[in-house]
Amino acid sequence: MYYKETMRQMDDIGIGSLKIVLIISIFIGAVVAVQLSYQLGETLVPKWYVGYILRDMVIIDMAPTITCLVLAGKVGSNIAAEIGGMRQKEHIDAMEVMGVNTTSYLVLPKIIAGLFTTPLLVILAAGLGIGSGYLIAIIGGYFTAAEFLQGLTTYYDAYNVFIMIIKSLVYGYIFTSVSAYHGYFVKPGSIALGRAGTDAVVYSNILILVSDYIIATVMTG
Amino acid sequence: MIRAKKIYKSFGDLKILDGIDFTFEKRKTNLIIGQSGAGKTVLLKILVGLLEPSSGEVWYDQINCMGLNKKERRQLSMSVGMLFQGSALFDSMSVEENIRFPLDMFTNFTDGEKRLRIDYCLNRVELKGVNKKYPSELSGGMQKRVGIARAIVLKPKYLFCDEPNSGLDPKTAIVIDDLIKDITIEEDMTTVINTHDMNSVMEIGDNILLLNKGKMEWTGHKDEILASQNQYLSDFIFASPFLKQLKERAFQGI
Repeated sequence: MYYKETMRQMDDIGIGSLKIVLIISIFIGAVVAVQLSYQLGETLVPKWYVGYILRDMVIIDMAPTITCLVLAGKVGSNIAAEIGGMRQKEHIDAMEVMGVNTTSYLVLPKIIAGLFTTPLLVILAAGLGIGSGYLIAIIGGYFTAAEFLQGLTTYYDAYNVFIMIIKSLVYGYIFTSVSAYHGYFVKPGSIALGRAGTDAVVYSNILILVSDYIIATVMTG
Repeated sequence: MIRAKKIYKSFGDLKILDGIDFTFEKRKTNLIIGQSGAGKTVLLKILVGLLEPSSGEVWYDQINCMGLNKKERRQLSMSVGMLFQGSALFDSMSVEENIRFPLDMFTNFTDGEKRLRIDYCLNRVELKGVNKKYPSELSGGMQKRVGIARAIVLKPKYLFCDEPNSGLDPKTAIVIDDLIKDITIEEDMTTVINTHDMNSVMEIGDNILLLNKGKMEWTGHKDEILASQNQYLSDFIFASPFLKQLKERAFQGI
């Protein structure tokens, strides 16, 4: 039962979020490429720097942080509403009476699913972000393919990918656990259920941004 | 048998239950009745383990529930079934999956054995051809029946029902009452029902506990109600002028 529930959550969080991750990552890469080209265009900085900065910006911060802020909104509110609804409709009481450990059955699969799927979604977002930045810049004539590839392969440090994975794991844990908490302890009434969803997103986003700063300080400081 | 020993419960300064001392007997439909706010639901939640009393003990036969750790409590929970007021069926699951849920969680039955048990329970509550339907596709009465089927699927020794007739028409309510009473005897269970449905009281009230502002006001069998001199009981059961008239006529032999 726990395995089945975990798989269902992975499908919900992972596959269910593919579309939104696809859309935001394409635009992240595109906007960063256009913006960097604009800012560095009239300077003495070589154009291949755009590819280099875009790659590291997307990998170190844009892909994990923006993707997870969006996931906190989409998945977090969904988790809070699902568990909160179960609390209000006495489903959780029914499980408790049966002898089911409801935190293990309802919360743990969501956290495990979040820990497994978030890094995969973030890796996908990073790849798409860099790819879309490349395409937009080439199409817009901001720099050449050779310049971008030179930037992409210069000063590459695998440690940055490691930072991205760590961030995605931490953020995945934050938005699943915070949202589950707000749903699990929801008060009676539809207003309280709505507030639980909002609180789940707000607190998840704040914690993601705070931990972003802490991870940046610890791992790159 | 379930024994509530000197149960007190307060939420802050608000006293909800005040010294409840009562035995819920085996093979009987034990009713907790009382006005809204009398403490019925709190008492039921304490009996079933969803709330802790401020003081007092709950005994399931020879087991003192207050002394159990979480693991022992969960073990005991497997011998407990409960029908909730709103049925509490998992709406993302079909009827069959709802009834199957406790079997998947707590038994090592084969798929065939589970199917047999599910079919037996659905037949017992007189529901056929609804296995694949979802709770939202069922009427209130059918949802209650599925709730009962799920509550008895693990062959519990103790059955709790919270307002089993709420939202049902009088005819369906009587069918549900009779079903609970029959299952109680067949399955050799101790059944505790929280209700303020007067039809239920007069129909299946084997052992009744009347609560008034958290205190025990009256206890007895349904047959003792008419002869009781307790004014609060009389006012509660025969609340409407029509029922009061009926009672007076019954006394006058009209």
